[in-house]
Amino acid sequence: MKSWLRQHSAAFLRALKRLRQAPLNTLLSLVVIGIAMTLPAAGYVFLENAKTLGESAAGTQQISLFLDMDARAATVKTVERELEILVPGQWRFVPRAAALEHLQADADLADIVAGLPENPLPDAFILEPAHIAPDELEALRARLARLPGVAHAQLDSAWVERFAAFLALGRLMVSLLATVFAVGLIAVTFNTIRLQVLAQQAEIEVARLIGATTAFVRRPFYYVGLLQGGLGGLAAGVLLTLGLDALQTPIARLAALYGSHFSLAGLSPLQFALLPAIGAALGWIGAQLSVSLALRSHLA
Amino acid sequence: MNMIVATRLTKRYDAYEAVRDLNLEIASGDMAAISGHSGAGKTTLLKLLGAVERPTSGGLIVNGQNLLALGRRALPYLRRSLGLVFQDQKLLFDRSALDNVRLPLDIIGLPPREASRRARAALDKVGLLEREKARPIALSGGEQQRLAIARAVVNRPTLLLADEPTANLDADAARQVLELFAAFNQVGVTVVIATHAPQTIPHPTRLIVLDHGRIAP
Repeated sequence: MKSWLRQHSAAFLRALKRLRQAPLNTLLSLVVIGIAMTLPAAGYVFLENAKTLGESAAGTQQISLFLDMDARAATVKTVERELEILVPGQWRFVPRAAALEHLQADADLADIVAGLPENPLPDAFILEPAHIAPDELEALRARLARLPGVAHAQLDSAWVERFAAFLALGRLMVSLLATVFAVGLIAVTFNTIRLQVLAQQAEIEVARLIGATTAFVRRPFYYVGLLQGGLGGLAAGVLLTLGLDALQTPIARLAALYGSHFSLAGLSPLQFALLPAIGAALGWIGAQLSVSLALRSHLA
Repeated sequence: MNMIVATRLTKRYDAYEAVRDLNLEIASGDMAAISGHSGAGKTTLLKLLGAVERPTSGGLIVNGQNLLALGRRALPYLRRSLGLVFQDQKLLFDRSALDNVRLPLDIIGLPPREASRRARAALDKVGLLEREKARPIALSGGEQQRLAIARAVVNRPTLLLADEPTANLDADAARQVLELFAAFNQVGVTVVIATHAPQTIPHPTRLIVLDHGRIAP
């Protein structure tokens, strides 16, 4: 175990040394990886903030719940109890008589309403759900529509559906972007390691001749990939945090103009830590592919 | 006890047979010289004995290990028990003399301090301790060859294989290098040297002359 740890720490140090030996190449690779990881990460942060913004704006959305025409007071009470459980946010009951009075108060409709033989309006509930994602509103509407005594549940869903579609499209674009840049990161690491294998050919040959195992030869290259990807991910995290910090004040000012207290949420500590972890994993994959290919001809 | 037993050993490169149907036994503690004209198969035979190349057919037992039965993963461990000295030395020119000699010890995962101590002892044996920080490029041809020997013996091998170790050296440097081999042989290391000039080998116990990949009668 001690020997295994020693071999790994020696390989890690050799990898660090190799990165230090070509500082400009290392720096350029880190910048490329950093930018490549910043773009999809920034897209993800943007979507998360848009989702939060959508949720806070969802309070202005209404669900109208129309009861059966023959609904009695007991039905209204039952629905009220269900709404207390199911609906996060405000709601109010609009009796059919009050709704008719409201129509009669409208000068344009007064004559039409006066000509009606009886009140055609049902009792209704007006709901303003809060803290609920736009794409969850439709699910809530469907559930409310199934309540006993409810004839129809109507969601003003055009805005919600558009927003949900926008978020879905955004997620797809970020996923595609992340995939493309992940492949790019693997390719950058692949090339870096390939060049390093070429530069270290003499050392690899000698090491093999005097008893180095395949693992001994490969290990430092894996660590180079791991380090390069990890440091690139770290750079992406720092770049993104700095960028979000710079946007914080202008966005808060813009939100204030619309009477909102919205502020841009940055990366959580876990999300920040994920960036170097993902970078390291992709770097390791690039190194693995490159070393396997480059050393294939080497080993007797 | 035999250090090397080769039975109908053959190595073929496409249609060319570099070593063919070769039978050979070298006892432990021998100082063997392999001679022959260029292209006779000396280097190929040495590569086979050093597990650098795989035989095409035949049997080969080195240091008690059947090379044909050994898997790919086991080969490096066999190589660690051997000391190889190459005609072109194969030194790492971007490393110091000490680091060159330390390499086999780093490969087996020896603690750094112990590795440095043993590498210095090996450099001392070949008379290069004072040059431990020098890069190989700063050493003479003879010193480079002695450095290669130090690297070959630092793992305390039981078998030392050398391919034309005195080629390109002047007479004095060649004598010093050969005396080193003789010294290691005297402490029990089996030494096999491929050479054009077997008469220069001090106290050989075996002389093997190759001709077209076979032992000359």
